[in-house]
Amino acid sequence: MADKTSSNAYWAANIRIILISLAIWFACSFGLGIILRPALSGIHIGGADLGFWFAQNGSIYVFIVLIFAYAAKMNKLDKEHGVQE
Amino acid sequence: MDQFTLNLIVVGLSFALYFGIAIWARAGSTSEFYAAGQGVPPVMNGMATGADWMSAASFISMAGIIAFGGYESSAYLMGWTGGYVLLALLLAPYLRKFGKFTVPEFVGDRFYSGGARLMAVVCLIIISVTYVIGQMTGVGVTFARFLEVSTSTGLYIGAAVVFAYAVLGGMKGITYTQVAQYVVLIIAYTIPALFISLSLTGNFLPQLGLIGGYAPSGGDVAFLEKLDAVVTELGFKAYTADSSNYFNMFLFTMSLMIGTAGLPHVIIRFFTVPKVADARSSAGWALVFIALLYTVAPAVGSMARLNLTTTMWPAAVTGSAFDGPAITRADIDAKPELSWIRTWEKTGLLKMVDKNGDGQIQYVNEPADLAANTKALDAAAAELAKAADADKAAIEAKIAELTTAREGVIATATVGSTGKTFAEMGLNGNELVTVNNDIMVLANPEIAALPGWVVALVAAGALAAALSTAAGLLLAISSAISHDLIKGTINPNISEKGELLAARISMAFAIVLATYLGLNPPGFAAQTVALAFGLAAATIFPVLMMGIFSSRINKEGAIMGMIVGLLFTSIYIFIFKGWFFIPGTNNLPDTPDQYFFGISPLSIGTIGAVLNFVTAFVVSSITKAPPKEVVELVESIRVPKGAGAAQAH
Repeated sequence: MADKTSSNAYWAANIRIILISLAIWFACSFGLGIILRPALSGIHIGGADLGFWFAQNGSIYVFIVLIFAYAAKMNKLDKEHGVQE
Repeated sequence: MDQFTLNLIVVGLSFALYFGIAIWARAGSTSEFYAAGQGVPPVMNGMATGADWMSAASFISMAGIIAFGGYESSAYLMGWTGGYVLLALLLAPYLRKFGKFTVPEFVGDRFYSGGARLMAVVCLIIISVTYVIGQMTGVGVTFARFLEVSTSTGLYIGAAVVFAYAVLGGMKGITYTQVAQYVVLIIAYTIPALFISLSLTGNFLPQLGLIGGYAPSGGDVAFLEKLDAVVTELGFKAYTADSSNYFNMFLFTMSLMIGTAGLPHVIIRFFTVPKVADARSSAGWALVFIALLYTVAPAVGSMARLNLTTTMWPAAVTGSAFDGPAITRADIDAKPELSWIRTWEKTGLLKMVDKNGDGQIQYVNEPADLAANTKALDAAAAELAKAADADKAAIEAKIAELTTAREGVIATATVGSTGKTFAEMGLNGNELVTVNNDIMVLANPEIAALPGWVVALVAAGALAAALSTAAGLLLAISSAISHDLIKGTINPNISEKGELLAARISMAFAIVLATYLGLNPPGFAAQTVALAFGLAAATIFPVLMMGIFSSRINKEGAIMGMIVGLLFTSIYIFIFKGWFFIPGTNNLPDTPDQYFFGISPLSIGTIGAVLNFVTAFVVSSITKAPPKEVVELVESIRVPKGAGAAQAH
């Protein structure tokens, strides 16, 4: 709490990263896997249509990459604001 | 060596391994008991979290649900993995920074109220106890099938094993045992999948097999296309068919995601890592290890469905199902490669009736009117078996009437996509009358004719999945009782030694309760697990998230939010599933046309969570803001710097 403005800027940057990550999380599962599936049924990945593949496999791969990307971004942000452990 | 001896050896070896680890990693302090001394590295913690998370439902039931549900069941795959994104982004790092042992402890401190802490304990115990029942029944079923003992004997053995290593080792023992259990369960799950994928699609990796070509017809036809063609020909919904209710599928997926992020036994895993940064990557590692099973599951489900169907209709392997005869009763009774059908028939989870008496077992889907007649006939037959002599004549007359009506239905109802009626095909309905979802994974190696040690490994894997989850749940329950209830409320001056003893006693008590409920389940395991997810979504997740992301939500808002989420969600589930799951006490039939706005009881947790958020905001805005210390607490958990040093072990 020593530096209030720095800690506020850190929190605002953190929230921005979270919101972008949540947008990707939503788009690959609820978006491509559920809501957009009928519209994208013409596109195929191997023997499956795009929506089916995202719903059963693709979204899970995106989730993994997303968490590690988020962790890396946050570690960088922690260092920039000098709040790392 | 026969299969039974082999099962005994493999399962026995795996248990010996778990015991050895528990003795090696005995907990000495409460910190080691609850949070493994916060000295578990992220990769290992991720692996243990994977085992903790993947329960009997993931290992035994999920692929079976997908096999018969097709695309619509994707909600389980996305829901049970997407929750980890929410954990990593919204909860895990902040709760680790908070640096205490339990979920209710955070709720109590953040909302400066013993009442809020107590409310969180109540939610936690309801969630964990309902969840643990499912694990205990899973243990019982697996033992009964593979060690050929009764379900109750199996349950006692399972309870004794969990008791020994969970009570001795605490979180430290449980964590290292779970690492071993993860290795056992993932090998057991993937080995049969690799071989089946290779034989059906020519791809060794099941993830590629799912989207690959169908090998027996030369690979020109996609595997999924073949599966769709085979099942629709028999009158079933296409495997890749669209969801019948996208709105409900959306809510169900969301319920499972936020329910996953709100499960106390998963959240406490993130108290055990050394640093805040590790809590973030730990969630990623957990998901990597979980994804190894979850990306294989859709291949296991779809391939088991095709294998089952072509076993029933051998001609379907290369052409149309009706090109050749169906499987015959004589073959099932004589051929060694079909012995798995006989074993599962004994358990009652697979049932066949040669209704038209032609010696074949024809597996087809019955159109609605025929299915209704079948259901009425089955109900009447069950009634007849129980009826007193005086009532029998009336029931027999009813059966005769239904049988006459059936002839009319048979003459008009058509078989799948053949365009011919059941009468023209010489059929009298579907003759594979029961296929339980749960047999698909357990019977998989036998259907694919894999060697006996693979069958034994699958048994050990199913037990590892159920036991590791049960241990994690029991730890969450015991820490809530000893740490939050006894130390936090009843006797704050209890010594560390006394608290450790209380934790062990409450864990022993929880095991006895779980065993009792496993023997006398109040409802089907799947229903009770749905309640656990719905409540986790509607109570724990919102209260934690608001506690971290808002410093304005006060104790009145948090408590009212939890109460509204808890009551709304449980009442909606009880209306359709029966009050406290007692059969026959439901107010409305559990069918989609009765659901409000088409929302199934499985999906209601999302609505409960929304109500929790809204209630908390409204109540907080009209009551007093939280005190200064709480605002400072919120500010301090938002920055990683200054988290307690990790303890070496």
